[in-house]
Amino acid sequence: MATTTVKSALWQGIRDGAPYLLVLAPFSALFGVLATEAGLSVFETLAFAVLVIAGSAQFTALQLMTEHTSTVIVIISALAVNLRMAMYSASLAPHLGQAPIWKRAIAAYLTVDQSYALSVSKYERDEGMSIDQKIAYFFGVMIPIAPAWYAFTLIGALGGKAVPPELALDFAMPLSFTAMIGPMLRTPAHVVAAFVSASGGLLLAGIPYNLGLLIAALIAILAGAQVELLQKRRLDRDG
Amino acid sequence: MDKSYIWLIIAALGLGSFGLRFVFIGLIGDRSLPEWVLRHLRYTAVAVLPALIAPLVVWPAANGGETEPARILATLVTFALAYFVKNFLLSVFGGAATLFLGLWLF
Repeated sequence: MATTTVKSALWQGIRDGAPYLLVLAPFSALFGVLATEAGLSVFETLAFAVLVIAGSAQFTALQLMTEHTSTVIVIISALAVNLRMAMYSASLAPHLGQAPIWKRAIAAYLTVDQSYALSVSKYERDEGMSIDQKIAYFFGVMIPIAPAWYAFTLIGALGGKAVPPELALDFAMPLSFTAMIGPMLRTPAHVVAAFVSASGGLLLAGIPYNLGLLIAALIAILAGAQVELLQKRRLDRDG
Repeated sequence: MDKSYIWLIIAALGLGSFGLRFVFIGLIGDRSLPEWVLRHLRYTAVAVLPALIAPLVVWPAANGGETEPARILATLVTFALAYFVKNFLLSVFGGAATLFLGLWLF
């Protein structure tokens, strides 16, 4: 019984993760193309994608490296973009915290926007999932995604300049993130948080080292939590 | 580009990114977090992603940072599809079709 449900959670994860290949493949291929154009070797480009496995941070670092920014600033800026991974980690901890340490270490490595977003929404919908099912679903999501991330980076690095700019590959990331945000807006609090976040991202874009992103995100989190609290109080009063 | 520059950045980002991902899931484990922490964590994804993409949509690097109506329109179409239909691929394809049509028209 338990094994079949764990297996079905794994398959559910694979099925839910697979559609993201269509946007992640061009996105990682683009990193391969741009990194080799910037002067990284094919091996360095692949190592970058395997060790960091975070598109937006990789692109941030690459952009700054082509501008010959100092090492420390490149590292701080890219890690700042990745700070949301710490928030994801905290958000996943109540769900995956009971798993053995080696599974948690693998899950940590595989924590990306897609695995986080899909898993947390799955865990919230199916409240009765066991720890093994939760881990199986999380790994399942990444079974198609992680290998494709490496493979298409390599293809991009080898294929190099063959991609015509008219394909507007750069826009694969904004569109896929937008498509992920839509279904997350389940409550007014989520809508407020997303609106504050987008506005903040634009208004604070001028702040160097991507700090604007972090400030906007922090304000948006506070806004979402506050709206939730206000709604709950109103419900308690009226209900 | 200098080899030590490249590898120092790759190593630091690899270690740093893993550290950020491991910090809570690995070290806090299943100790339950207080309700006020969870209340804030619920909004992390919707608080980070829009701020990350909004500047990329409004000032796309591919267009030299100049605003392009096609990209804004494409994002709006993707968002509307994602919000109302909740189908990921349909949303991305709808947006991509709008983008190509828009880039061709404008």
